[in-house]
Amino acid sequence: MAGDLVKTLADLKEKEVLGIAQDRLNAGDDPMSILDDARRAMETVGKRFADGQYFIPDLVYSGEILKSINELVKPKLTKTGGVKPGGKVVIGTVAGDIHDIGKDIVVFMLDVNGFEVYDLGVDVPTQDFVDKIKESGAPIVGLSGFLTLAYDSMKKTIEAIKSAGLRDKVKVMIGGGQITEEIMKYTGADAYGRDAMAGVSLAKKWTGAK
Amino acid sequence: MEKQWEEMSSDERQEALFQRWLSPEGVEFASPEAEKLYKERATRIKDAVQLKKLPDRVPVLLIPSFFPAFYSGLTPLEVMYDYEKANAAWKKFYVDFQPDAHFGCVAPGPGRFFDILDYKLYKYPGHGVVPESTYQCLEGEYMKADEYDAFLQDPSHFFTTTILPRIFGALEPFKQLPNLTTINEMYGTGVIFYPYGLPDVQAAFKALLEAGSEALKWMGYFGAFFKEMPELGFPAGQCDYTKAPYDILGDTLRGTRGIMTDIYRQPEKLIEAMDAMLPFWIKKGVDSAKAMGNPFIFLPLHKGADGFLSDEQYRKFYWPYLKKILLGLIDEGVVPFLWAEGGSNSRLEVIRDLPKGKTVWLFDDVDMVRAKKMLGDVACIAGNMRMDLLTVGTPQQVKDYAKKLIDNCGRGGGYIMANCAFFDDVKPENVRAMVDFTKEYGVYK
Repeated sequence: MAGDLVKTLADLKEKEVLGIAQDRLNAGDDPMSILDDARRAMETVGKRFADGQYFIPDLVYSGEILKSINELVKPKLTKTGGVKPGGKVVIGTVAGDIHDIGKDIVVFMLDVNGFEVYDLGVDVPTQDFVDKIKESGAPIVGLSGFLTLAYDSMKKTIEAIKSAGLRDKVKVMIGGGQITEEIMKYTGADAYGRDAMAGVSLAKKWTGAK
Repeated sequence: MEKQWEEMSSDERQEALFQRWLSPEGVEFASPEAEKLYKERATRIKDAVQLKKLPDRVPVLLIPSFFPAFYSGLTPLEVMYDYEKANAAWKKFYVDFQPDAHFGCVAPGPGRFFDILDYKLYKYPGHGVVPESTYQCLEGEYMKADEYDAFLQDPSHFFTTTILPRIFGALEPFKQLPNLTTINEMYGTGVIFYPYGLPDVQAAFKALLEAGSEALKWMGYFGAFFKEMPELGFPAGQCDYTKAPYDILGDTLRGTRGIMTDIYRQPEKLIEAMDAMLPFWIKKGVDSAKAMGNPFIFLPLHKGADGFLSDEQYRKFYWPYLKKILLGLIDEGVVPFLWAEGGSNSRLEVIRDLPKGKTVWLFDDVDMVRAKKMLGDVACIAGNMRMDLLTVGTPQQVKDYAKKLIDNCGRGGGYIMANCAFFDDVKPENVRAMVDFTKEYGVYK
């Protein structure tokens, strides 16, 4: 039966997968095993996205289905999930910019690839990045921005990380609608990504993850 | 006798609108040079668009966001509230850089109007973002997943009593307004109107009247700008906008998440709603073009970009309804000026299914060589001047890229140089390099 939940969720069959999850709960299955299967399914979704079989609506919809599964399972849950193996990443849309679609896709892809993601949201003050890096000890920082006005915000954020004495402890990647190599140089970032997969590759490269 | 509009073919209608644009009614040119420039510019753009005659050179357009404010040392906040300063800044921008058309001074909306109504759909300077920042849309489900039927049954009433109260805080009491389409016999008519007497509804109407006065005041400046710019030699590059039905629903009604989920959970409703929008959004463009004597209607495209839909989804949910809008406009002689924001590499094959010489496609991020190859015989392509180069590059880098664009896309006409996305605080010397270089290098010999 377990295979069914993984495949059905990965294939985005909402009604069926919720039925399977409910049946398993009714049959006394461990809620954690349901969530584990859901996680495996989301890995498949992420893989299909990376391969170009799935597109943004598929990611969004899989997230919606997962939310429903979580709601179903949560009341029966006694313990929370374990630590992610892939390493820590602090990420957010820089100050002055409230765009989140691109950032959320990167968060999704990092998450399904096993990274522990600290998502600071949008319009994130520079100090919040610094504080979260210190607190989490994350070696990777992702800065997102859609507006061209975000170029300067990214630059300021990286300068703040430097002033806090953390610049040599983290690798910084940037991404967004109008982000190129020129902007990477301008902001002082270590790398940039044109899409979410590039972000995952960079994070893997920097943490030595396979 | 001249042919009546109803008897004209779409080609004839387009030509008629172009002729009105080329010889604008009531415009007293500031000088003979201004008149000469105006005619040259309008003809140049017309030739690039129609794909019939080779233009004298590649036209160059600048379509800014708040750049004119920054260029005049003003913040976005200042130009949103001081209409006179806004007009002066936008005028200075066009006069100093001399592009081939003007695009109004539309970016800075009337700040006080939005304040009066307590606008919640966007953050804007002084309201959620700093004075130096631009306005940004607050994504949300302003129309809920289960409200398609209410929308379909009576779009106007749905907007008045459901959408307006959600996006304008001051109009929240409109939730109580009656549906006036049920007014019939004398008997019972008085009952329908009692909500207009409620104190909070009356306060909302007071706010609406005040906001209307502010919008009218702003339109006075806006109108004056549209009158003055042609006199100085700049044709108007657009006179109104319309949108793709998928974007109309996705941008500010259902939101990105909402509409993407609807694709799976209620595709029929989504399609029904897009169909229902067509007449409103075609008429908006056609009416403006005819009233203003300007063939160009602007269409910013958002959620059909690469990755935002699969090819199958694009062909099912995005393109058919956008195409209906385009054909509705084209039939009336209007030239849709599309701005494909984001990536378009995966859409070129689909969008080439259009009549020749009837549209302009301004691209943000696309392989321009392929775009020219795929669309060159169908539509005028435009844009792709990179934002990173304009912002942090050097004039030489801008020139090098402009040269590449002209070499790749200028061949045989059908290309307009333009920025790839709205621009804010970029380097003025880079904007100048883009315009001046195009004028020099883009000449057809």
